[in-house]
Amino acid sequence: MDHLQIARAMFGTNMAVHIIFATIGVGLPLMMLAAELMYQRTKDLQYVVMAKRWTKTLAVLLGVGIPTGTIAGVQLSLLWPGFMEVIGRVMALPFQIEIYAFMVEALFMSIYVYAAEKIKPWARIVSLFFVAFGALASAVLISNVHAFEGTPAGFRFENGEIVDVDPWAAFFNPSFLVTAGHTALTAYATGAFVVAAVAAYKMLKNKYGTTEFNFHQKALKLSIVLGLFFSFLTALNGHATTQHLYREQPEKLAAAEGLFETRDHAGLTLLGYTDREAQEVKYGIEFPGLLSFLSGNSFDTVVTGLNDFPEEYWPPLYVHILFNGMVIIGTGLIALSLFALVWSKLLKKDTYPKWILWLFVASGPLSVISIEFGWIFACTGRQPWTIYRMLTTADSVTTYENLGFLFTMFIIVYIVLCVSVVFTLVYYFKRHSISDDIYKAEQKDVRLFDSNS
Amino acid sequence: MSDALLAITLVWGFIFLYAIMASMDFGAGFWAMTYIKKEETNATKIANSYLSPTWEVTNTFIVGLVIAIYSLFPGAVFTIGVALIVPASLILVLLCIRSAFLVFSHSVDKYEKVLTYISGITGLIIPGLLISVLPITHLGFLEGVRGNEELNLTKLFTSPNEYAFLLFGILSTLFLSSLLLSDYSKQADEMKAYKIYRRDAMITGPLMLVMALLVMFTLKNEANWIYVEMMKNSALLLLSLVFFVLAGIALYLPYFSKREVKGMPRLAVVSIIIQYLIGSYVYGIAHLPYIIYPNVTILSGFTDPTSFRAVFATYIVGFAILVPGFYYFWSIFMKDQRRKFKRRQMTN
Repeated sequence: MDHLQIARAMFGTNMAVHIIFATIGVGLPLMMLAAELMYQRTKDLQYVVMAKRWTKTLAVLLGVGIPTGTIAGVQLSLLWPGFMEVIGRVMALPFQIEIYAFMVEALFMSIYVYAAEKIKPWARIVSLFFVAFGALASAVLISNVHAFEGTPAGFRFENGEIVDVDPWAAFFNPSFLVTAGHTALTAYATGAFVVAAVAAYKMLKNKYGTTEFNFHQKALKLSIVLGLFFSFLTALNGHATTQHLYREQPEKLAAAEGLFETRDHAGLTLLGYTDREAQEVKYGIEFPGLLSFLSGNSFDTVVTGLNDFPEEYWPPLYVHILFNGMVIIGTGLIALSLFALVWSKLLKKDTYPKWILWLFVASGPLSVISIEFGWIFACTGRQPWTIYRMLTTADSVTTYENLGFLFTMFIIVYIVLCVSVVFTLVYYFKRHSISDDIYKAEQKDVRLFDSNS
Repeated sequence: MSDALLAITLVWGFIFLYAIMASMDFGAGFWAMTYIKKEETNATKIANSYLSPTWEVTNTFIVGLVIAIYSLFPGAVFTIGVALIVPASLILVLLCIRSAFLVFSHSVDKYEKVLTYISGITGLIIPGLLISVLPITHLGFLEGVRGNEELNLTKLFTSPNEYAFLLFGILSTLFLSSLLLSDYSKQADEMKAYKIYRRDAMITGPLMLVMALLVMFTLKNEANWIYVEMMKNSALLLLSLVFFVLAGIALYLPYFSKREVKGMPRLAVVSIIIQYLIGSYVYGIAHLPYIIYPNVTILSGFTDPTSFRAVFATYIVGFAILVPGFYYFWSIFMKDQRRKFKRRQMTN
């Protein structure tokens, strides 16, 4: 590997680890807020316990999320100084504001945790709202930098110098809303399905009718409703995102769909792999005309193929697989949650059959995998650029050559962190059972939250 | 004041704040490890109870600092990025492990001991690495043409100035943290711990001063340009020495209350912070106009004026909202920690 590839692998590994925790870190606060609201509606203490246990989970996950985020923030300028030079000049605002968003989140998190028993229910909900708001704002702002990389605005190059800088035009670049929206909605969907996975697993492990079973069933029901809602919105937004690609980064769309020849009535191929020599997607299922229709709401829409771009501008062709994986998982999750909702509402069933529960157990990891696919697609699909048609990845990378040692060191750290975070969660929740927490919640004068959570 | 000067003042302000906060944070980790066997003194518990609420803010601060540098001086990013890739990566790795285990140890009791050692050892290494950034910026060991620079690590690690800074950084960390912890344990009525930390401050303080003199001495030989500039403000340097002496007196002063404890640690903390503020001002002003000598100046690195105005506006708005909030919750936090600490002592 040359040092550009190592630099990409190094930063990619960091992001791959960070986004797991960052995504759940955005999704969980909304689940906590939902649980607190359910408590206000039903006065069922189990919802308070639910919010408390999710808060604890969030605190532990932040133990990896914050340090890996710190690494990401600093590593950007270490590995990609050429890129950050442009970002610093043009697109510094999102990073600046993100710091404040994070602080808002941290502040209200401490109010929520430290003062939970002392403040009124509405104040608790308000502080949770700000926790969720801060987390969401961070995600939206950082995604905005990503949006800017795809659809740069607010500056231009003149003889290699950056001129006509307009930081707010860069901030409100064409794909800001649709990209940030995608990050936010998928994070909420993922948060819901991760909760669903744990709840479904616990339902399989506990006997029907026990306190544990009932507790997890409530959690599962809550997450199915929210998961369905947000994954459905994700689908609508995903459609808009694709139409943006069609207009603004046509070679990315062409690579995602394995389209080589520019044409109308372009077909959409599901699965299969893109063959560079044969210039087609092999072993896929083709839906004639669908790509044209999805791109421009009409079968007559002309979709530009890869052959209309010089080959050095082509993204890697494996992005087709990533794009498909993301879409298929997303669609599957909508179908699963819709089916489960219909099952319980229409058939008036009290519980779910085992196979549905097992599918929900899979839904959590699958939604995380889908997030990974989405991000890898979004970033490798933009290659060879860091800033589309403005700055190449090769011009962004550091000139320092001996990255191999540093890369190894970071990989070891990520492994240690991922193993110990799982160990920490398992260890803690084994020693703090749901019945204990419910008992504690019923005693008025016992602190439900550890002050350290 | 020109925009670039305003911007570098802001950055230097961040660096100073971070240096103080981080010194206390890292030093507390080291002391917690040192006194882990002396359970009866509570010195470890005091250090740990101080540590837990502060790391997150300190962590955010380092990100804020990095962002401040690349949004205000993007032209310096390439050179800084190349110069610092090795030390900064090491800092990141250590910081990452430390923060993660700080969080995990709240949930898993048996991590507490692991954490104490992790944060103790990193508590010395990280400040040493952090302060090494300064010699890199003023010694001029960055070789090659712009866009293709490389830091000469051999020169750096054979430079006496680098080691003077390293020891100065580590001793400052120990000094500042022991001083703060002495004040903190006095507030918590932990007299045994107070005496230990007061003694540590009394030992590390003079050592730190010796290292500061050594820093000046090696600067004179290796980076004469900055030494000459610094000596132009020798009156201020003497003033900072006065504050150091004042802190020493404050530590020995009889305490004006019924309790038989000597010293006024709060006064010592304040005067030492003033001492460092003056010292870093003199160093900082002498460093100008260079960010990295002689490759990058504040003017060559400065951002676009439109961006500067936008970024500066977000600083003002952000700080106006967050500073009062943070101050308020910080005080609640500290009070809560102390109360919890006292409660735990009563139940023991």
